[in-house]
Amino acid sequence: MSAEFRLPVGGRIDRAKPVRFTFDGKSYEGFAGDTLASALIANGVHLVGRSFKYHRPRGILTAGSEEPNALVGVGRDEAHYTPNLRATQVEITDGMVAESQNRWPSLAFDVGAVNDGLGRFLPAGFYYKTFMWPAGAWAKFYEPVIRRAAGLGRAPQAADTDRYTQRYAHCEVLVVGAGPAGLAAALAASETGVRVILCDEQAEFGGSLLHERDTVIDGRDAEAWVAEAVATLCSRENVRLLTRTTAFGYYPHNLVGLAERVTDHLAAPGSDLPRERLWQVRAREVVIAAGSIERPLVFPENDRPGVMMAEAARIYANRFGAKPGNRAVVFTASDSAYRAALDLKAAGVEIAAIADLRPDPTGAVVERARADGIRVLPGTSVQGTSGRLRIRSASLGAVVGGATETVPCDLLLMSGGFTPTLSLFSQSRGKMAWDEALEAYVPSVSVERERSVGACRGIYGLAEVLADGHAAGVAAAGKGASDGAARRFTVDAEELGHSGHRGITPHRRDASRVKAFVDFQNDVTAKDVKLATQEGFRSIEHVKRYTTTGMATDQGRTSNINALAIVSDALGKSVPEVGLTTFRPPYTPTTFALFAGQARGELFDPVRTTPIHDWAAEHGAVFEDVGIWKRARYFPEGGEDMHEAVARECRAVRESVGIFDGSTLGKIEVVGRDAAEFMNRMYTNAWAKLEPGRLRYGVMLREDGFVMDDGVVGRMAPDRFHVTTTTGGAPRVLNHMEDYLQTEWPDLEVWLTSTTEQWAVIAVQGPKARQVLEPLVEGIDLSREAMPHMSVRTGHICGVPTRLFRVSFTGELGFEVNVPANYGRAVWDAIFAAGQPHGITPYGTETMHVLRAEKGYIIVGQETDGTNTPDDVGLGWAVGKAKRDFVGKRSLARPQMQRPDRKQMVGLLTSDPATVLEEGAQIVADPNAPLPMKALGHVTSSYASSVVGRSIAIGMVAGGRGRIGETLHVPMPGGAIAVDVVEPVFFDKEGERIHG
Amino acid sequence: MQKFSGLSLFAKAFSSHKGWEPQWRSPEPKAAYDVVIVGAGGHGLATAYYLAKEHGITNVAVIEKGWLGGGNTGRNTTIIRSNYLFEESAALYDHAVKLWEGLSRDLNYNVMYSPRGVLMLAHNVHDVQSFKRHVHANRIAGVDNEWLSAEECKAFCPPLNIAPGMRYPVLGGALQRRGGTARHDAVAWGYARAASARGVDIIQNCEVTAIRRGPDGAVQGVETSRGFIGAPKIGVVAAGNTSVVMAMAGVRMPLESYPLQALVSEPIKPVFPCVVMSNTIHAYISQSDKGELVIGAGTDAYTSYTQRGGLHIATHTLDAICELFPQFRRMRMLRNWGGIVDVTPDRSPILAKTPVAGLYVNCGWGTGGFKATPGSGNVFAHTIARDEPHPINAPFTIERFRDGVLIDEAAAAAVAH
Repeated sequence: MSAEFRLPVGGRIDRAKPVRFTFDGKSYEGFAGDTLASALIANGVHLVGRSFKYHRPRGILTAGSEEPNALVGVGRDEAHYTPNLRATQVEITDGMVAESQNRWPSLAFDVGAVNDGLGRFLPAGFYYKTFMWPAGAWAKFYEPVIRRAAGLGRAPQAADTDRYTQRYAHCEVLVVGAGPAGLAAALAASETGVRVILCDEQAEFGGSLLHERDTVIDGRDAEAWVAEAVATLCSRENVRLLTRTTAFGYYPHNLVGLAERVTDHLAAPGSDLPRERLWQVRAREVVIAAGSIERPLVFPENDRPGVMMAEAARIYANRFGAKPGNRAVVFTASDSAYRAALDLKAAGVEIAAIADLRPDPTGAVVERARADGIRVLPGTSVQGTSGRLRIRSASLGAVVGGATETVPCDLLLMSGGFTPTLSLFSQSRGKMAWDEALEAYVPSVSVERERSVGACRGIYGLAEVLADGHAAGVAAAGKGASDGAARRFTVDAEELGHSGHRGITPHRRDASRVKAFVDFQNDVTAKDVKLATQEGFRSIEHVKRYTTTGMATDQGRTSNINALAIVSDALGKSVPEVGLTTFRPPYTPTTFALFAGQARGELFDPVRTTPIHDWAAEHGAVFEDVGIWKRARYFPEGGEDMHEAVARECRAVRESVGIFDGSTLGKIEVVGRDAAEFMNRMYTNAWAKLEPGRLRYGVMLREDGFVMDDGVVGRMAPDRFHVTTTTGGAPRVLNHMEDYLQTEWPDLEVWLTSTTEQWAVIAVQGPKARQVLEPLVEGIDLSREAMPHMSVRTGHICGVPTRLFRVSFTGELGFEVNVPANYGRAVWDAIFAAGQPHGITPYGTETMHVLRAEKGYIIVGQETDGTNTPDDVGLGWAVGKAKRDFVGKRSLARPQMQRPDRKQMVGLLTSDPATVLEEGAQIVADPNAPLPMKALGHVTSSYASSVVGRSIAIGMVAGGRGRIGETLHVPMPGGAIAVDVVEPVFFDKEGERIHG
Repeated sequence: MQKFSGLSLFAKAFSSHKGWEPQWRSPEPKAAYDVVIVGAGGHGLATAYYLAKEHGITNVAVIEKGWLGGGNTGRNTTIIRSNYLFEESAALYDHAVKLWEGLSRDLNYNVMYSPRGVLMLAHNVHDVQSFKRHVHANRIAGVDNEWLSAEECKAFCPPLNIAPGMRYPVLGGALQRRGGTARHDAVAWGYARAASARGVDIIQNCEVTAIRRGPDGAVQGVETSRGFIGAPKIGVVAAGNTSVVMAMAGVRMPLESYPLQALVSEPIKPVFPCVVMSNTIHAYISQSDKGELVIGAGTDAYTSYTQRGGLHIATHTLDAICELFPQFRRMRMLRNWGGIVDVTPDRSPILAKTPVAGLYVNCGWGTGGFKATPGSGNVFAHTIARDEPHPINAPFTIERFRDGVLIDEAAAAAVAH
């Protein structure tokens, strides 16, 4: 059974494929090729939504992405629910579930409509003037009420399970829009052989040609011409065609973002398909063929369901075979509505009258309408309408004097002329200019390599549009203007005049009492716009923000120019003097997940792992995130918690031997004739005299003299340093070095190479470390005399080349075995096996932290916070006093850097050895002082130390070294904790073990 | 000034709202003023308001090259909080929060300050340490800030994903309950209206082209696109363009200007009860009264004066939003825009006298200036009126970068080690 308003023949729907869907729980039938809007219209349904503020009943206004009213929620379940979709863009699928929004309890009876009656108390910006009493009531009382009333649709309740993908593409010519201009441009550009991408937001190419009747191009009717053009483009290998694809954003240097909707129009999409695909297209030239949008007329009660744009009604009838009503009144300031009236009449709609604002409309189409028996009323405007859930009548009256006449109707078609679509051009930062002849803003000066063609630059005649597109396509392809450059298209189509109207249409009602809508979705009326100007909001941006006109989900596609005209009128300024609001991306709302693409779950960010990672995972390590690295934090055994595991790991290192994966440390190979000079300038330490085969702990400062990074550096040869950095600091340090090398000291002959990924680093620490390694090493004498603390040797371990560091971050005898990363796991396995007789114990970062804290070694980023000099953290010894210069030296000489009350690193011991301070806790002198208290410093590191047999902590305390021996206090919510200030070394104070 | 109230709104309704006057005057500039403020954003207008209200200086012009409130005031994500680490910062931002609490009534303009709570998420051990340091520092500074476990975060913000299998799991968060949001445009308009009512001239579409200085070096006024305007005191509050304006007086500022982006979704019914920030994975989100999800993105890596940023920056932020709030994956971005933020080396502002007599500067708010608007204007007015800083802004000098007395909130937030 066909729907009541379905025309018996015609349209591009597939009548052989009926599609069932529900809207607000009621089942309807449409056909493949229908949008939700066309299917509803074919079923006689016009009431589809409620407006934002007044909850007025609203119908379908347009047939495109500019739709302000017909917003629906669609989704078969919560994971697939999408709010605020335009019914004019939703393609129906079998079983689709759609619902209306912003109404309660039902669309036909909505309690929120009480706002409509209260409208006089709710003018533009009313909320800025009230809800201030009593103090604090806004957030507690008024705001929740307003929030509940606002909003349109609702968020999905469940996580979306669909996939989204991303593609990057390059082309010589990107054509946006596949109406006549875009098709002509793409045909011309692709003919030259360059790569062309053509996209259009609709389901099929053709644009306005898809709803033309009786238009002939080069001897073929419009639809046939489109089919042939698309077939030609399809046959060219250098062309990529993207339907259902919106060019949403124009970014610098001709980067255009395209959102392709891949599966929403499929009832049962294959699981291999993503829902949407993001294209980031870098085009040498962009051709914008975005067309134009018909402007509504602003008259009293112009928002009732059944009030529709004239061209939209024509689209529904001609393209979708859906009759938008039985009896129409047409209200126009433009010829195009006559064409719509004639087409609708041909489709069986009675045209009750055409009210034309123009006093003396003339022209072929007007005469044709008159000849067809349509009653044309020149100089007439709509004075108002009636009908609650659907328009019932329109009241027509002469613009100048005379009586009004009430004309019954169920459809009112309006046209105020067309507005060129400038969104993408504006996003490209092109300059727009007001064209007096066209009475429209049009593109003026391009900034990017871009061309606007056709209606979006104010060219309307079909032959001219096609020629314009063709010429732009040739020019964009850049292959020289051959014979085709000035190609002429033979077009047989209705000639239309292009006039229009902006702003309020004349009426004789009390303007202060009627609602004439400018922005339908946000319920902004002509009164609101005028009130804003009355209240001093004169910039169009102010009017926009104060009234919210143009800020709805359609971004003012249908409202901006009317608002502009009303402001212009109210201020007595010309339209260009008032200016134009900025168009912002995206062109139409674009799915969040499209941007996220594959960056989800595990792929949210790359995971960086070391060659030893799998071993650690197999041995039950608990990992922590350090930047994008995964680092083993501890290795619990037999149900241990972290503290138990760490205590055991610490004891193993102190008593026997532990093994630790240090591969995440940043590594930079600094090589070249001037390597030592470069190191001298980058680090505080002196490097010139460091002999090959020796290591030194280096401190790097920022220009402001504060500690930036640290690490052990090995001199491998006179012109070669093996630099290590903190794990997190690696990229920053390399950038810092390169920055200086390239911009400050280009004369230095030095090359920097990141070798972080090239070396696996296995730390073997503890009194038995030498015994474990000795049997594995070839060509290196590990003895105390031959290889003292802070030395480096090259040789082999397990047959693999190694740079063997004798170094310790634990205070024990220790080695760091650097081997090529690919051998890391094998060498680790061999060392672990060799260590078994000694009870070798793997330990993680948490144990490493405790061990170094016991020795008072700092961690940059934990003890330091970017405000500390080397001296503050007890590293004054690492600053080469005799050095001529290094980065940060001059800053260190400032008086503020010498103050005795600077925060200095100290040890802290609680009186109760079992109390472990909280890291980050503050340190004060008087815990009983009133708030705000003056903090002397804070706890930077704090652990239970199994080796020391009590809690230990490190803190940064103002004048701390001078306070050693004092008792300070750590105020906590449950009371203050007294702490003794001590030297920040808790174990092996003499430092003998390291030389073992 | 016409009184705004529910009653006045009700009364005016019966005369079709014809009785509403312009909210601020739009006068021609006078030849001279006691003080000229350059920049009619929130901070500049607030400065003028407090000059008039608290210091009796009403012969003041606020000059603006575009339209008032059109810069970062109208482009930010409206987050308000004061749980900064250092005492100096906490004092400054908390001064602002205290003013926010009474601002609507003070200005007789509903700025919609809504203390919905600002929750900052910790995703790794280092975040936890850093946030706990903040919580402890704030507690003894008398600024509310509390630590929540992941489960408590979820209870406070139900859409939050706290699944332990996340790439960067939520380990907890620091919550400031007095933090929240306000309506940004209303702040500019409310200050403009209240300042105008006290005699301040707001002069829009008037671009400063030069700063005129006398033989003694002191300022004499500004050359503008609408002629010379004399003033013995000039306060520069020009955000991203501060370095350009200050260069006119020969003062080189320690500032870099970067594009910072924000975006909103389509409006939906209330679903998001608070503000959530994640510095680690770069996402800031709240829901406006209108129903839009308001989302802050990061800055571009390169300096620029164009008020737009790269697509990849917004993309990265939406990755994070989708990960933290999977139910928003199908929500759609409605508008995306950029502003220019002026960033200092220590990420704290400059609110100070300058080496030029009569020239004062308020800048360097980086990505977080909106929250400070009332406090900033308040102490800056004091600085201009008395020619000496208020104790609260005394540490925020230009000289701190020379002397090394930084208030380094960026380093305090630090990075993983």
